[in-house]
Amino acid sequence: MKGNEAIAEAAIRAGCLHFFGYPITPQSEIPEYLSRRLPELGGCYVQSESEVATSHMIYGAAGVGTKVMTSSSSPGISLMAEGISYLAGAELPVVIVNIMRAGPGLGGILPAQSDYAQTTRGMAHGDFRLIALAPASVQEAVDLTILAFDLAEKYRTPVILAGDGVIGQMMEPVVLPEATVGPPLKADDWALTGCVGRKPRKVSSMFLDPDELNAHNFKLKARFAEIARNETRFEAYACDEPLDLLVTSFGISARICRSAVDAARSEGLKVGLFRPITISPFPMDALREIIGRSQRVLDVEMNTGQMLHDVEMAAQGRCPIDFFGRCGGLIPSAEGILEQIRASLAQLPKGGVP
Amino acid sequence: MMKPTTEILLAGFGGHGMLLSGRLLAQAAMEMGSQVSWLPAYGPEMRGGTANVAVCIARDQVGSPYVECPHILVAMNAPSFDKFAPKVKPDGLIVYNEGLVPNPKQRADCTALCVNAQEVAIAAGNIRAANLVMLGVLVGATELVSDDAVIAAIESEFAAKARFIPVNVAAYRAGVAHGKDGRCAQSA
Amino acid sequence: MNKVFSYADALIRKPFHYCPGCTHGTIHRLIAEVIDELGIRERVVGISPVGCAVFILDYLRCDMFQASHGRAPAVATGAKRCRPDLVVFTYQGDGDLAAIGTSEIVHAANRGERITVFFVNNAVYGMTGGQMAPTSVPGQRTTTTPHGRNTETDGYPVNMSEMLAALHTPAYIARVSMHAPKEIIAARHVVKKAFEHQLAGRCFSFVEFLSTCPTNWGMTPVESLRWLEKEMLPYFPLGEIKVPPADDTGGRMP
Repeated sequence: MKGNEAIAEAAIRAGCLHFFGYPITPQSEIPEYLSRRLPELGGCYVQSESEVATSHMIYGAAGVGTKVMTSSSSPGISLMAEGISYLAGAELPVVIVNIMRAGPGLGGILPAQSDYAQTTRGMAHGDFRLIALAPASVQEAVDLTILAFDLAEKYRTPVILAGDGVIGQMMEPVVLPEATVGPPLKADDWALTGCVGRKPRKVSSMFLDPDELNAHNFKLKARFAEIARNETRFEAYACDEPLDLLVTSFGISARICRSAVDAARSEGLKVGLFRPITISPFPMDALREIIGRSQRVLDVEMNTGQMLHDVEMAAQGRCPIDFFGRCGGLIPSAEGILEQIRASLAQLPKGGVP
Repeated sequence: MMKPTTEILLAGFGGHGMLLSGRLLAQAAMEMGSQVSWLPAYGPEMRGGTANVAVCIARDQVGSPYVECPHILVAMNAPSFDKFAPKVKPDGLIVYNEGLVPNPKQRADCTALCVNAQEVAIAAGNIRAANLVMLGVLVGATELVSDDAVIAAIESEFAAKARFIPVNVAAYRAGVAHGKDGRCAQSA
Repeated sequence: MNKVFSYADALIRKPFHYCPGCTHGTIHRLIAEVIDELGIRERVVGISPVGCAVFILDYLRCDMFQASHGRAPAVATGAKRCRPDLVVFTYQGDGDLAAIGTSEIVHAANRGERITVFFVNNAVYGMTGGQMAPTSVPGQRTTTTPHGRNTETDGYPVNMSEMLAALHTPAYIARVSMHAPKEIIAARHVVKKAFEHQLAGRCFSFVEFLSTCPTNWGMTPVESLRWLEKEMLPYFPLGEIKVPPADDTGGRMP
């Protein structure tokens, strides 16, 4: 299946029957697919007037206790910033797919990982962090879409699925969960469903009392810390032995790095790959441990070096970090990364590798 | 070669159907138990210009689905040939459409096969099946997948428009025959 | 002894924080009374705006959203599409609906969302301290039009009701005023009709209330009512501006 369609179908299998969105390349297959399927299943598809409106439609949908998703690409996600802040403030579970393209501004429509910083640092005004999942294959896009709905519900938070144009447009074989349509959202204790036999409820991000807002901010922070403890996911590939070089990368660029790492290892080079699957919360401790037994790090991204800051934080200056990035829709080739791996290894002190 | 993966780039104008050829190839390989990826270039060029798709076929796992230097190029027209032929890996295979690539700049280190795809497609019953002719030449020459698997993929693809199945199968088989002949461009 | 007046059940018993002479309280009360009359309190989900009326959240005894500035119609769309059994209304001011939220209101109306919108137009920005609104009248002095609204640079007041009525999509659209008891009684009927159109699944419904802001207009409450009548009515004619064909379902939801 094509990545975008696989994400759309995975959402249905997760129990999402309501979608609000605005078309934008390279993710339009998601709304197209769902506009066909959801009405058949008794759900709804609404093409909004803008991504600003979208972000508030999903606020309304989640607020009445509905499992809901939207999808967009980079410029559209910027327009959703307002709603995302309200969703975070009101603690509403939604899934937002960002099939990233190259920016800034209108940029281009080709694949990029240009929104790492935006995605992992809260995305909008106020003081909050969100869960962000970065798939490296179509199968993983399916699995993480389903996980995204689970985490959104469990922690009452928006969850971002951070893909890119390659993931969205690529076709690969996938295995889907058997359930045709997953269960509805469990929201009995907070959703606005009409106050039959109970006190009225509010869905709001408004806290005019500074003490209350302070408490709310720290509550959200504590929840994110809990998520970091329980839900951090990563792949450490060929990282068991001490390494001369650790390659760090996420999403599709990590997939390409894996080919380069395989090639390097077939030449006898001691190279491993660390790939965060939750780019937020970032698997800081796991990476720090592996960097602790690596001589050098090469960070590879389809941007100018955004995850690099997290890698630097994990390294705490313990070893040198090189960076290799391609932007604008260019995709690093495995051959190009292999060259960088060799160049990084050439920087190691001669014969000094234990 | 870096990995036990065969990387194929299929290129033509938008409307030539090379994306479909690639999908049929990937589908056939998948049904035969291989791991596959199909990655179209969806950039501005797909709006009225060249359209190309990278297909990777691997025994185990497809690493990078992004193909810069393919093992095999299938070029439907001159712009695709000119753009991608120089990037084919040494000892690679280039299948091109001699009807639309009048002056191919040959690579000494690659095998080249040519066919007049539109002519063969017309003979098979429909000029629009030229993409299936190209796919046939590729499969005939390489035996990457079985004819049965490709034909099953064609039948599944056109399930809703079954009347197009025979002409597409015929075009594919005609291409396979050309591919098995291994007619070399230089000698054409 | 007959009880002739009491709190609406849908209204929480606490004093309004609104300034003396402000008509928000009256409009809240009209809505609450109609909710009671129709017996829909336990089905209602209201959406409060950004602006003075954000606190309607604390005054109505029903489930309530707080929405971002101007986006209440989008929130209402999300809620109503997912739970068509709910009775969903928004309550929005003139900055909210006629400036920052024009896109959301136009498209919610155009999609024919089965929601009810209460639009409170007092020709000024209240919460932020008396700046020009899109509905301020020509020559009106505000803190950002110290010499009066200049139609050359600021344009004319925006007629939201007429703009929305121009759409092909069937809708119920009416403008009422809070400047006299007779008008307030008429407004109550319109509020009821608006809810009834939603309850019948018939169409989008929209009620514009001409309202006062004595504090920011710099007037007494009584002067404000006279000013509304004299200065606003010429630009904002009252009445039902658009009614749906009785049996028109807008192409969906029989």
